[in-house]
Amino acid sequence: MTLAAAITCEVGSLQLAVEFAVQPGELLAILGPNGAGKTTVLRALAGLQPLDVGRITIDDTVVDDPATDTFVEPARRATGMVFQQYALFPHLSVLENVAFGMRAQRVPKGEARRRAYEWIDRVGLAGHAQHRPGELSGGQAQRAALARALATDPRLLLLDEPLSALDAGTRDAVRRDLRHHLASFDGMRVMVTHDPVDAFALANRVAIIEAGRIVQTGTFEEVTAHPRSRYVADLVGVNLVHGVVAAGALTTATGAKVVLADASPGPSFAVIRPHSIVIVRESPLASSARNVWHGTITEIDRLGDRVRLRVDGVLPLTAEITVAAFEALALQRGDSVHTTVKATDIEVYPA
Amino acid sequence: MLALAVVAISFFALPLIGLIWRAPWSKAWAYLSDHAAVTALRLSLQTSLWATALSVLFGVPLAWLLARTQFPGRSAVRALCTLSMVLPPVVGGVALFFALGRRGLIGQWIYRWFDYQLPFTTAAVVVAQTFVAMPFLVITVEAALRQLDTAPEDAARTLGASRWYGFRRVTLPAIRPALVAGAVLSWARALGEFGATITFAGNYPGTTQTMPLAVYLARETNPEQAIVLSLLMIAISFAVLVTLRDRWFGNRRDTAVLS
Repeated sequence: MTLAAAITCEVGSLQLAVEFAVQPGELLAILGPNGAGKTTVLRALAGLQPLDVGRITIDDTVVDDPATDTFVEPARRATGMVFQQYALFPHLSVLENVAFGMRAQRVPKGEARRRAYEWIDRVGLAGHAQHRPGELSGGQAQRAALARALATDPRLLLLDEPLSALDAGTRDAVRRDLRHHLASFDGMRVMVTHDPVDAFALANRVAIIEAGRIVQTGTFEEVTAHPRSRYVADLVGVNLVHGVVAAGALTTATGAKVVLADASPGPSFAVIRPHSIVIVRESPLASSARNVWHGTITEIDRLGDRVRLRVDGVLPLTAEITVAAFEALALQRGDSVHTTVKATDIEVYPA
Repeated sequence: MLALAVVAISFFALPLIGLIWRAPWSKAWAYLSDHAAVTALRLSLQTSLWATALSVLFGVPLAWLLARTQFPGRSAVRALCTLSMVLPPVVGGVALFFALGRRGLIGQWIYRWFDYQLPFTTAAVVVAQTFVAMPFLVITVEAALRQLDTAPEDAARTLGASRWYGFRRVTLPAIRPALVAGAVLSWARALGEFGATITFAGNYPGTTQTMPLAVYLARETNPEQAIVLSLLMIAISFAVLVTLRDRWFGNRRDTAVLS
C-alpha cells in the first residue's frame, strides 16, 4: 500500500530520471530549483505526462509501465492534484469547483452538493460556496483547490508549489493552515517546492532534485545536517530550530535560548543560516551579537572553498566558514568553541 | 498621418453616403415589402443560420484538432481548411460543382444511389455558404484554444473527467467569447456569400436566390430596389460588427478581473 515510482522521461531539454517511494501517511517533499523537473514528476504521477521508461505503482496497481503497455488515464487514477496557480475553474462557483470531480464521476447531483459543502466547511470556506474563484484571496483559492482535489477521495495527493502563488504576508498563515489540513489526510502525499522552509514545515521526508536527478533523500534533519554536495548545502543547508517564543526569545526543548529581533509569541521555528554564524575560540566579552553558545566541534567537512563545521552543545549548529578562516583559527575536531549569531540574522516562522 | 487616416475613413464612408444619397426613401418600404425581396431575405436568414450551425458543429472539433494535437502535415491541413478564405468564391463554387455535382467525384454516386442531386437546391446554398464561412470560425476558435491555459483542463482530467466532459464543462466556457465571435463572423460571411452560391446553387427565386443575388439581379432591372436592399444588408452587417466589438471589449474586462 505505497507509491513506488521510477520515472524516466524527456520533456523539451529536461531529461528526468528519478526513483522514490512514499508510504501511506507520509509526505515527501521534492525540493529543487525551477527547471529541475519537479512539476514533471507530479505530472507523471497524475498521468498527464506518460513515461518513456519506468513504472509507477499506486497501492499495488501499476498505473504506468511502458514495458507492458500499461497506462491508466489521469481520470482513472486515484490521485488528486493541487496545481501551482490552483487552476480553479473561473466560471464555476467554489461549490461547483469542489463538486466537479464527483459530478464527472456521475455522483448524483444532490449527493455531490452535500459532500462538496462538507469539504468546503472542513477547509474553512463556509460562506464562500457561491463565490467565483476570482473573488477569493490567494489563501482561500488554495483551500478551494485542496478541497476540490480531496473531494474525489484520492489515495495519492499531489501538491505543486502550494505556497508560491501567495505573497509573503499571507504565506506563513496559509502554510500553518495547510499543515493542519494535510494532517487530516491519511493517504500518500507528494509536494514539490523550491522553498526549504515549506519542505521543513510540511514534509516528513525530502528528496533533493537537481537537473532531473534526485541527489539526496532523507529526513529534513538528515539532509540539512549532512548535505552530500555543495549544491544541496546551498539549497537546504540551514539550521532549523524548533521552540516556543516568549519575551523576544525562542527556547528549545533542550533549554537553549535564541534571542530574536522581531517575533510574535507562540510555537515557532527559527532559521539560522550556516554562513551567518561566527566561530570564536574564546567567549566574546563584549559583542553586539545577542546570541553566544558554547559547543564542541564534532565534524569538519570541506565543500569547495568553504568548510562546514558541526558544533554540538546545548544548541547543535552547522556553521560555514571560509577555508582561510578555518586555517587561521587552526580548528580541529574536539576543539571547544563559541558560536555567535546576530539576532537580526535569524528568520523566524510560526509553527 | 492624420490626413491619410481621414482619406481612409472617407474611402469607406463615401460609398455608403452615395447609397443613402440616392436611396428612394419614399418608396423604400414598398421595395422592402416586395414579395421577391421578402423571399430573398427569409432565404438568406435561413441558409446563413444553417451554415453557421454547420460551421460550429464541424469547425470546433477541427479547431481543437489543429490547436491541441500533433500530426504530420498539420500545417498543410490548416492551409487546406482555410483556403476558401482567400480563394475567389466563384472558384470555390466551381470546385464544389465538380465534387458534388451530378457528374462530380462524390455527386455521381449520390445521384446513382439516392437519385438526389445537390446543385441548384437550397441545401446547395447552405453548402456553398458553409464552405466559405467555416474557416472564420476555425481560425478564431483555434487561436483561442492556443492561448488558453491548459492547467484547468489538466485539473479536470485529474478529477476524473473524460476528455469530452472536460472539454464541455471547462474548455468550452473558457473559449465562449471566441466561439461567439467566430460564429458571428461566419454568419456574416455566409450572409454576404455570392460567388460560390451563384455558381453552385444558381439563382432561382424562392430556392437559391439569397439577398446578395437579389441585389445583383435588381441592379439590372430595378436599380432603386437594389439600393434599398443594399442598404438593408449594410445595416445588418453594421449592427453585427458593432455588437461584436462590444462583446470583445466586454470580455477583455472580464478576463482582467479573473486573472
